[in-house]
Amino acid sequence: MVLRIERDRLRFKEIVKGKIKRNFKEFISQGEMIGRQDGKIVSIPVPQIDLPRFKHGKNQGGGVGQGEGEVGEGTDAGQPGDGHGHAGEAPGQHLLEVEVTLEELAQILGEELELPNIEPKGEKQIEDSRDRYTGIRTTGPDSLRHSKRTYKRALKRQIAAGTYDPRDPRIIPIKDDMRYRSRRESSAPRANALIIYLMDVSGSMGDEQKEIVRIESFWIDTWLRKQYKEIEIRYIVHDAAAREVDRHTFYHLRESGGTKISSAYQLLAKMLREEYAPDEWNIYPFHFSDGDNWGSGDTELCLKLMEEELIPISNQFSYGQVESPYGSGQFLKDLKSHFKDDERVVTSNIPDKDGIYGSIKDFLGKGN
Amino acid sequence: MGVLTRELIEWRDKIRAVALNHGLDFFEVVYELMSGDEINEIAAYGGFPVRYPHWRFGMEFEQLDKSHAYGLSKIYELVINNDPSIAYLQESNELVDQKLVMAHVYGHSDFFKNNIYFGHTNRKMVDTMAAHAARVRRHMDKYGQETVEDFIDAVLSIENLIDPNRVFLDDKANRVSLPETDLEPVQVGRIRGKEYLDSYLNPPEYMAEEKKRLEAERRERQRLPERPERDVLLFLIHFAPLERWQQDIVDIIREESYYFLPQMQTKIMNEGWASYWHTKIMTEFALEASEVLDYADKCAGVFSMPPGNFNPYKVGIELFRDIERRWNRGQFGKEWEQCEDYEEKMRWDTATGLGREKIFEVRRLYNDISFLDTFLTPEFCNEQQLFVHRYNERTRRREISDREFDAIKLQLLTSLTNGGQPVIRVGDANYENRGELLLQHDHQGLDLDVNYARATLGNVHKIWGRPVHIHSYVEDKEILFTHDGAEFKDTLIA
Repeated sequence: MVLRIERDRLRFKEIVKGKIKRNFKEFISQGEMIGRQDGKIVSIPVPQIDLPRFKHGKNQGGGVGQGEGEVGEGTDAGQPGDGHGHAGEAPGQHLLEVEVTLEELAQILGEELELPNIEPKGEKQIEDSRDRYTGIRTTGPDSLRHSKRTYKRALKRQIAAGTYDPRDPRIIPIKDDMRYRSRRESSAPRANALIIYLMDVSGSMGDEQKEIVRIESFWIDTWLRKQYKEIEIRYIVHDAAAREVDRHTFYHLRESGGTKISSAYQLLAKMLREEYAPDEWNIYPFHFSDGDNWGSGDTELCLKLMEEELIPISNQFSYGQVESPYGSGQFLKDLKSHFKDDERVVTSNIPDKDGIYGSIKDFLGKGN
Repeated sequence: MGVLTRELIEWRDKIRAVALNHGLDFFEVVYELMSGDEINEIAAYGGFPVRYPHWRFGMEFEQLDKSHAYGLSKIYELVINNDPSIAYLQESNELVDQKLVMAHVYGHSDFFKNNIYFGHTNRKMVDTMAAHAARVRRHMDKYGQETVEDFIDAVLSIENLIDPNRVFLDDKANRVSLPETDLEPVQVGRIRGKEYLDSYLNPPEYMAEEKKRLEAERRERQRLPERPERDVLLFLIHFAPLERWQQDIVDIIREESYYFLPQMQTKIMNEGWASYWHTKIMTEFALEASEVLDYADKCAGVFSMPPGNFNPYKVGIELFRDIERRWNRGQFGKEWEQCEDYEEKMRWDTATGLGREKIFEVRRLYNDISFLDTFLTPEFCNEQQLFVHRYNERTRRREISDREFDAIKLQLLTSLTNGGQPVIRVGDANYENRGELLLQHDHQGLDLDVNYARATLGNVHKIWGRPVHIHSYVEDKEILFTHDGAEFKDTLIA
């Protein structure tokens, strides 16, 4: 049974979503909500939507309680006028958790940042085939019987035969009337995307910098997931040497060595070469670092690798520079001057958490 | 929604007969069996099957639904003051729970029917609520959902600004007294005499001054409202520049506020009375041996006193029992009051046997404030371990501040006054002679929550359309809060 309250509930949810949208800038830089992800649903804490009214201030005046205790002892009494502890009275919650699906979140993100939808590249796409019960046959197992169609057939036949009596509308289907659902194969094109996160884990990248990367990658995942059916995500960390790690290690690893960005790009190029055919995959490398690299020689090597191997097969090559007290930030300048007009290379400078909003827009705003 | 099972019907009839036998006099009660979802829906609607469309009900439901799903709370009983009373039983409850709820509900229905504070409530409120819903929907169809909803939000923000004493007045008195208008121009009386003496008999400076004084006096008399008005909603219906549909919305919300008012005014008594009867009926009659443990468990839940909290069910039932015991033993009247000997007071028993009669009288004539004011005794406070708690600025926590009878009683009565909400009146509808609205907060020792006051004032502005002010005190400083539609301002009054 559909509840009448559903309408009010939907209205409430709309209002909440409006509230999330209005405060999206704040939400976007909050790492907290990532931890609240459960499958396809994120629960977002929003401030209770209150109807304001004239009321007494907090901790104003006293209250009466019951129980043991000497004068001067603390009590865990609530505010006077709070809901009294009886089953059935709603507790006075101040934070409301609202569940939003990732799909909806991506939509809000898209609307808020005015992100363009992505045109998947490549003609050749993997065909995805699926069986659906959309056809009708005259034979089949009883479990697939289409009662409505069967009834219609029987009714038609009885009317035609003149055995139908409106005062006693009894319809009895015979074997010829039986209709059954049948299976049909339907195929739909499927676009695949590969996201590769590369991160500098050298000593100069602190916890705050990593938190920023984590939040950014959450939003990037969310958005690209909406754009593509299937998404594969790989993680590469590097200091002076690079290696592939799993998700947990990616965000928690802390190394100390120096930085050689080319090592990561080499590994990336190798991975793409060996495992991913560029005409089947939409490829998105995202590299985060504080911009320090070991000498200009290595930077030269990086630029060469990008130009020759990475950029041609990627939809977009993204570089995010997270400011740290130790990083010189030179790498961003080098990339900028080298790839001035190349649409496929996107760079973004992220000074702090508040910069996340703008940098997501940088990365995803191109529609590549 | 379903009909009762045969078993439940049998029990309902038996419990009903026992309740009648005990002298309870209730409206007929219609019980409906419902699923958890349905009961949450009804509860979100304040017990009514149909309410006007508003997101707030959706929010209530969301919370009930969550806390139900997480097993934090479950609604046991829900009954509405209506003739017939309508009560809901949750279908997943055990039989023993259903019996308990039915007995409890007969207590509530008896209270609704007989307590004088409910005397003027609308007993066809189920129909009225449905009619309200239809009216609001019609306005929404005509003027748009958002427009109407925004206005409802604004009005709900001051739905508590009604006059709790007005329920005793009939409809004719539901009017605001109008000031005198169309008066003759002010004339200052002159002393007659020879013309050449006039400037001495009636000195011009004096005449001018007198004229000013009289005019000021007249302005005072023409003040709107004549006296500060508690029923702010009524005042707005009459004097705010509202369209017809807007007046209708204010009217609807005001009517619903008045309907719910006595339930706030008699929470302790009403729950105490219903609990008194469910325990009596269950223990003397309806309980079977196999159900005793479950029943005891439920009771322990209902009457539990989480440390430091105040449970109206517990205090209510104990006070009714105390009154019954005292009146059975003759522990009242002048002689008992004057008796100073604690031992003797404890032993006091003149076998008057008036207990049952007395509690029926009490349930008819009192509300929570007069109930506690009259029947709370030092012995009772002691037995129930009542105390006063207060927030300690230094330790940043609530602490037990007093266990003396006078302090407890004063605190209870204070926090029950006006349902624990600030008393606010319309002071002047033509403040500063600029058509601005002045509200006055009757301070009584408690400050307003400033942030809420500001937001609320913004909503009042939406209704009044011109700048609105509220006069109050914050931390002993006299302050005028102002909202002019664009921004808030606090003015310190020196």
